[in-house]
Amino acid sequence: MISKPQPRPFADEAALARTPSPLAFDWLLAIAMLGLIGASIAMMATTTVGDVEGSPHYYTVRQAAYGAGGLVLMLLLARIDYSRFRELRFGLYAVMLACITAVLLLGATTRGSQRWIELPFFTFQPSELGKVLLIVALAAFVIERSWRASELQRTARLLLVGALPAALVLLQPDLGTALVYVVITVTVLFVSGVKWTHFAALGGVSAAVAALALVAAPAVGQPVLTDYQADRLTAFVNPSDDPRGEGYQINQSLVAIGSGQKVGRGDEATQSRLDFLPERHTDFIFAAVGERYGFVGAALILSLYALLIWRGLRILTLSKNFYGSLIASGIVAMLMFQVFVNVGMNVGLAPITGIPLPLLSYGGTSMLVTCMAIGLLQSIYIQARLVQKSRDPLF
Amino acid sequence: MMYRSDTRTPITPQLALRVAMLGAAALVLFGLIFFRLWYLQVLSGDVYLAEANDNRIREIKVHAPRGKILDRNGEVLVDNRTGLAVQIEPNRLPRGREDRADLYRRLGPLLRMRPERIYREIREQTEELSYTAVTLRQDVSYERVYYLQEHADEFPGVKVERVFLRRYPKGTRAAHLLGYVGEISGEQLEERENADREQGDIIGQSGIEFVYDRFLRGRNGASRIQVDANGRPKGELSEREAVPGENLRLTLDNAVQRAGEEALSRRGLPGGFVAINPKNGEVLGLGSYPTFEPKVFTQPLNQRQVDELFRQGEESPISNRAIQGLYPAGSSWKPVTAVASLEGGLIGPDSIINDPGSLDVGGISVSNAGGGAYGAISVRRALQVSSNVFFAKLGQMANSAGDGMLVQKWAHALGIGRPSGLDLPHEEPGRVPSPGWRNQLFEQGETDRPWTVGDNINLAIGQGDLLTNPLHLAVGYATIANRGRVPTPRLGLRVEEAGGRPLQEIRAEERRVPMNGQNAAAIMEGLRLASMEGGTGAGVFGGFPVQVAGKTGTAEVQGKGDQSWFVAVAPYEDPEIVIALTIERGGFGSEAAAPAAREVLEAYFNIRPQDIEESPDQGPGGPAPID
Repeated sequence: MISKPQPRPFADEAALARTPSPLAFDWLLAIAMLGLIGASIAMMATTTVGDVEGSPHYYTVRQAAYGAGGLVLMLLLARIDYSRFRELRFGLYAVMLACITAVLLLGATTRGSQRWIELPFFTFQPSELGKVLLIVALAAFVIERSWRASELQRTARLLLVGALPAALVLLQPDLGTALVYVVITVTVLFVSGVKWTHFAALGGVSAAVAALALVAAPAVGQPVLTDYQADRLTAFVNPSDDPRGEGYQINQSLVAIGSGQKVGRGDEATQSRLDFLPERHTDFIFAAVGERYGFVGAALILSLYALLIWRGLRILTLSKNFYGSLIASGIVAMLMFQVFVNVGMNVGLAPITGIPLPLLSYGGTSMLVTCMAIGLLQSIYIQARLVQKSRDPLF
Repeated sequence: MMYRSDTRTPITPQLALRVAMLGAAALVLFGLIFFRLWYLQVLSGDVYLAEANDNRIREIKVHAPRGKILDRNGEVLVDNRTGLAVQIEPNRLPRGREDRADLYRRLGPLLRMRPERIYREIREQTEELSYTAVTLRQDVSYERVYYLQEHADEFPGVKVERVFLRRYPKGTRAAHLLGYVGEISGEQLEERENADREQGDIIGQSGIEFVYDRFLRGRNGASRIQVDANGRPKGELSEREAVPGENLRLTLDNAVQRAGEEALSRRGLPGGFVAINPKNGEVLGLGSYPTFEPKVFTQPLNQRQVDELFRQGEESPISNRAIQGLYPAGSSWKPVTAVASLEGGLIGPDSIINDPGSLDVGGISVSNAGGGAYGAISVRRALQVSSNVFFAKLGQMANSAGDGMLVQKWAHALGIGRPSGLDLPHEEPGRVPSPGWRNQLFEQGETDRPWTVGDNINLAIGQGDLLTNPLHLAVGYATIANRGRVPTPRLGLRVEEAGGRPLQEIRAEERRVPMNGQNAAAIMEGLRLASMEGGTGAGVFGGFPVQVAGKTGTAEVQGKGDQSWFVAVAPYEDPEIVIALTIERGGFGSEAAAPAAREVLEAYFNIRPQDIEESPDQGPGGPAPID
């Protein structure tokens, strides 16, 4: 555990900042992350063998490489004082917008949406990177001093900062990731202390917009969501209504998880081995875990995420400055939302949105970006340790 | 204050509250998911496991090959060949109406079926048995099946099954008695003897296939295989071998059967024949013309085939005239009248009755065929020349003797007008008219007059309202030849293992009627004389190397040509075969039916043409009587 830091009267903050101890990590956070990456590689090794002809370990090897790359990125970011990103806020924000726009212009279209840019080694998904960039930039905008405006105006402007990339992502169309942007924005504003009344107003406006998009607009023949999106969003309510159509994936996922029972079916995991479970290495990897390793395995994975989020919240309260707290809040929001929406979708509690499970789902960009986010958390932790603020952690 | 960086952020109460709320939200959501996992995996795990297994395990029925049907000498009448059947599993079809229509459109050309026909077949077959596989077409070529299997994911709900199809190496031979096989119906599934059957099983639906189904069917095996989401097989889990059905050996003699069928088809007129061994009732031959290819039933029939098989009227190939025909028997009936009169004491074997050439009683007039008068004759001579007057007089006497039912009772005793016990379904008992029958019809206003003596006279010479078929006359003649022992005709001889080892002999009960041996002998002598010089069959059986006792028959049929009959017992001394053969619109028995029956006897006794002595065309006693 973390020993209670003692005040050091002669400590030079700046000098210490330049030379953090190589082992000064939040080790629990690191363990949660390494455990999840390890689990991901193990799942690739057991459930995707032979999926790609001629290359039996295609997904395993790649996911291991992404994990290693993510680890390096995390270590690098952990060594950098995140506070420096504050000055780069406009640059980061611009890069984010440029990336997301680029994918609209040159992205590869898969199943009706453009989300990826083909690179020589892997397909890059800018909207994933955009999440972290948005967090770092948005947190910086929040603590911007130069703004001379009423609190309401400030809230509105900050909302706009988050809404712009969300709208661009929605155009791809990628509803799930757009929602992640929205959740990040709202959470950062929430933690920054935006007034309750503003949230109430925001809630009202969202409800009105949702009503407009889902009820009023289709009624006048101008649907906002495509049929495919609407089907996916509603299928989870009653999957057996249409077991051949949209409900199929949810049904198969439920059957996979349920059939795992207490300790799982191991190599008898037929749902994932015989293709009944769709996207078993990406969106529905949690169901594959549930089938193969049962309640024990699924609970272990969930516990690792709980650990991750607990450490994130703890780091939020430890941060040496408010910028760090806001970044931590954005990262916690991002991880929480993705975990709950993805796992919720796997267990039939949430609609199908195509949000990957952080660190576990196969995918280079998601892996690297999640590792970067955890690297930022480690950086906040290390910086907090360096300034030796003796403060009781809230969690 | 709020928006400063690079300074310590004291944990303000507001921040603490909001972070705590964030943490609480996380806690609640984690709890929700944990409970959901507990519910899914621990509480309902069994249900989902069963569903997962249901997903992946397909039980594929391995059809048992059906037993062969052989003739008495082991010649194969029915065996099997393998074919590939394309089936639809309705519950695996695409849900969308459009998707299904598209599937049928793509499947149609492969199966050479119109998409509408596919749709109709599925609808009709699932109406009766929902959720069972619908067989669209049996006997699909390998290339087409390979295509379907390679593109299994493009044809959801379509599966291919190896099936055994009945093969008929002798074409139309014995078509009417073999029957056909087909998928078990919903009603049949509920029957007790089908308790071990399942949906989709093939069972005998008619004829021998139906009667001896329990021996022929065998027991289906099952192969449990694992499939992936696209229905592609991924390895076998377990297998239960199919047990082939047992072979059935028939009493039928292929040579006799062929001779009978050819004799009828050569004449090109509807007719039927039955040949039985009088000693034990074994059916040596049983056929009907026109005939059909039994293999048509291995495929769903199209309308043209149905119309052809079941065409209206007496030309219908599907009806088995040997056991379903309803014909007046004409003079072939006379031995029945003779038995009744002798056993009923109306006459003795040597009693003489005068035949002046015609008889006028009760408003009807009976004269002999050809207009001859035979004078004072006994029953032997009367049978030899087929005297109508002699038997008409017996009919007249029988009508006033006792209850007037002498002929009817003896017909019944000889097995005529009642189910014979033959192991084939749909036998027609026919009609032996009686006073009670006609009087009841008259009371109900369905006929213009009550029973009269004329009706009994008509019956005595096989005319009037009498309707019978070759099977019943064969049994009646066999009983006379047996001196009262009534054989039960049967087609099943024994059940055998595939290798030929007998498993079970098929037996039939016998019945006995008290019959005076001298009376029967007198009738047999009369029948023997009929095939000799001066008899009605002399022209046909003169010089025949086996002694034949037989009777011709020429029955008038309202609005049609005469029904031609011949019923014979041979050899006379020790009868082995009784043949009854009839030809619709054939004319005189001696001209159509008798020569046809002779062909059957030649086949049975293995007589080659050179064995037959040249016989004088006409006997010295003038032209032979005809009938």
